[in-house]
Amino acid sequence: METVTLPAIDIARDMGLIAPEITMAVAAMALLMLGVFQSDARSRLVSNLSAVLLVAVAAFVVMTTGEPKLAFGGSFKVDAFASFAKVLVLCGSALAILMSRGFLHHEKLERFEFPVLIVLATLGMMMMISANDLISLYMGIELQSLALYVLASFNRNSARSTEAGLKYFVLGALSSGMLLYGCSLIYGFTGTTNFEVLGTVVTGGEMNIGLIFGVTFLIAGLAFKVSAVPFHMWTPDVYEGSPTPVTAFFAAAPKVAALALFMRVLGDPLLPLIHEWRQIIFFISVASMVLGAFAAIGQNNIKRLMAYSTIGHMGYALVGLAAGTVAGVQSVLVYLAIYLVTNVGVFVCILSMRRKEGMVEEISDLSGLSRTRPMMAFALAIFMFSLAGIPPLAGFFGKFLVFFAAVDAGLWQLAVIGLLASVVSAFYYLRIIKVMYFDEPAPVFERGIGTEMRLILTGSAALVLLFAVFGGPIISMAQHAAVSLMG
Amino acid sequence: MVLSALAFYLFASLAVASAFAVIAARNPVHSVLFLILTFFNAAGLFVLLGAEFLALILVVVYVGAVAVLFLFVVMMLDVDFAELKRGALQYLPMGALIGLVVLGELVLVLGTMAAVPQSATVRTVPVPAVDEISNVEALGLILYTDYIYLFQAAGLILLVAMIGAIVLTLRHHDHVKRQNIAEQSSRQPEDAMDVVKVKPGQGI
Amino acid sequence: MQELLLDYLPILIFIGIAIVIGGVLLGLPFVLAPNNPDPEKLSAYECGFNAFDDARMKFDVRFYLVAILFIIFDLEVAFLFPWAVAFDRLVEGSGWQALTSLGLLSMFTFLIVLTVGFIYEWKKGALEWE
Repeated sequence: METVTLPAIDIARDMGLIAPEITMAVAAMALLMLGVFQSDARSRLVSNLSAVLLVAVAAFVVMTTGEPKLAFGGSFKVDAFASFAKVLVLCGSALAILMSRGFLHHEKLERFEFPVLIVLATLGMMMMISANDLISLYMGIELQSLALYVLASFNRNSARSTEAGLKYFVLGALSSGMLLYGCSLIYGFTGTTNFEVLGTVVTGGEMNIGLIFGVTFLIAGLAFKVSAVPFHMWTPDVYEGSPTPVTAFFAAAPKVAALALFMRVLGDPLLPLIHEWRQIIFFISVASMVLGAFAAIGQNNIKRLMAYSTIGHMGYALVGLAAGTVAGVQSVLVYLAIYLVTNVGVFVCILSMRRKEGMVEEISDLSGLSRTRPMMAFALAIFMFSLAGIPPLAGFFGKFLVFFAAVDAGLWQLAVIGLLASVVSAFYYLRIIKVMYFDEPAPVFERGIGTEMRLILTGSAALVLLFAVFGGPIISMAQHAAVSLMG
Repeated sequence: MVLSALAFYLFASLAVASAFAVIAARNPVHSVLFLILTFFNAAGLFVLLGAEFLALILVVVYVGAVAVLFLFVVMMLDVDFAELKRGALQYLPMGALIGLVVLGELVLVLGTMAAVPQSATVRTVPVPAVDEISNVEALGLILYTDYIYLFQAAGLILLVAMIGAIVLTLRHHDHVKRQNIAEQSSRQPEDAMDVVKVKPGQGI
Repeated sequence: MQELLLDYLPILIFIGIAIVIGGVLLGLPFVLAPNNPDPEKLSAYECGFNAFDDARMKFDVRFYLVAILFIIFDLEVAFLFPWAVAFDRLVEGSGWQALTSLGLLSMFTFLIVLTVGFIYEWKKGALEWE
């Protein structure tokens, strides 16, 4: 058996490797101090600075991408895979902050803690993505989740928002318990928490029942974080109850981080156990795709609809993970990138659904949008076509790559079920388009969604529309990332 | 040896019994008190394992702070617990089923209690011998250096907890007059008083 | 290991005695005290009226805030404890070498993070009781 030697702590070198995370932490504290020492009325400054910070850190991560390196005695890993996922997460969070400003202003929720909590949650996600040890995995998840629980009930005067936060918290604590139970079993049966060492200890040959139980519990805990069936129950309620910009944030960045963590754990140290974990991933993937397709049909609230849509999309992404190959990981990364952009676009539209009396979120409120707001209706139609996976748009390429990877790995059943689920889910995506284009107009939405919202909407619509033209670099970057993960 | 075995069975059986009582007790206040008893017994088990520090932290943090907060919430909240418990019975079959499944899994895991063969090479002595170095010191020697990354992450989690607690619960009532000590102590006689010369018979 | 456990023997004996005394004191009244209840004796007494309501009532959320902030600093102290015990081995040498030792800087960073939180609390007025 080969043995790995983990690098000893060399604080100067290690700090260099986690410079993006240190920047985030220091900046979060600086922003907190800035916010608390000035009046509440200027919380916009803090949110602008936070968005700038996230984009700057993303650029920094891109520039420092290089060979895989370990830091802090092997509990932290920097590689192209981590960089790819971190950039996605950072962009998702930055966009969430920008999208939140108008909403928070109108709902009188403008407080400087909001962007600070998003920055801290993003830091937790970056720690998850780079986690190379069961303990650092858990610390990352907790830092992320704790901030997310608070964000879910950020509108503390609304019973629904508080309920969302409480539900999320109780179920999140339960899932953390399962995750920890799994971690302790894995540690007990292998004698290590470090992924590098775990990779040498775990071999496919003999089946070890204790280890398999550990991995199962670990997967259950992670499946909760990506809201895969049967651990999805919290998703619709939390999405509906949370303030809409928080929902937009939940739907994008945390999912990317949790799936990246999934791939890191299963694709690297536990790869020899692929025949064991593939069955589980197969099951939760099929269940998520099917539930996402059927349960969304009856929804009238667009946020709940997006919750079920998320569940379904996580199912499609898990198809690529089930393949357990470089192509599979690559397809998941591309899928996540496309999913992130599309979701951001959809939520810009949802955040624009404001009348004089306040925010509305019923699907019927979108009726006749093509006549009252043609550009917005057009953009939303693009996103819906993309989510449904209609050919020239980005969503099609994501699904294509994922299913292709699955077929390549011999999992053609998954691809078939996925295709059927896409057909069913196309029904409710197209229903929204039908409501927008063919129904009698509902009262018009208020004007003035703001320049940055319009820019985000145009940008994401363009990305989704023209993915066929310039998606190539993303696909090759994802391949690079996947190779760095699976070697 | 017999004594430690005896102590183990005492603590373990009490822990299981009081944990059961936590969910079985009718009165939520009793539940919390049983929870405290469970914590104490767990602390006793930690001592038997030689993990003194963890045992005492369990008592200080969980019994001293967390359980007291629980008690506080349960006693002060205006929740009709009888109403809450009414529907609980209908979930009993499902809950019992899940419990049985987990129990079966545990039996399966324990029944084939064999670590992965290669683990022997990576497994190191987790705790140094107690007669060489005390438990707390052994922890102190690695927690702040070898595990510095996780230690700082723990600090950040505590920071988020602070922010979260304040964001969710702190509210200021506008009508309440608050004390501003700096303002009070920097107050000069000139700010507060006017010396007015009053001519006799004219008033101010 | 055995020596460690022997150190705790007095505590075990203490717990044993406490259980016995507590049990006896709880049990004795059942045996000795006169006990013949009737419904009036058992009913709640509230100045001659029947009880109107449950004794529990909604409490100001500020109490919880104080308790939660206490727990957070309690945990911080829990982290300080092993550091203090291992201090002389964590911080070796003297002068500049001691000041830049990892063990010292690590704890200072941790404390700075929590001090930032503390300043935030203070400025927000969470520590004031209006």
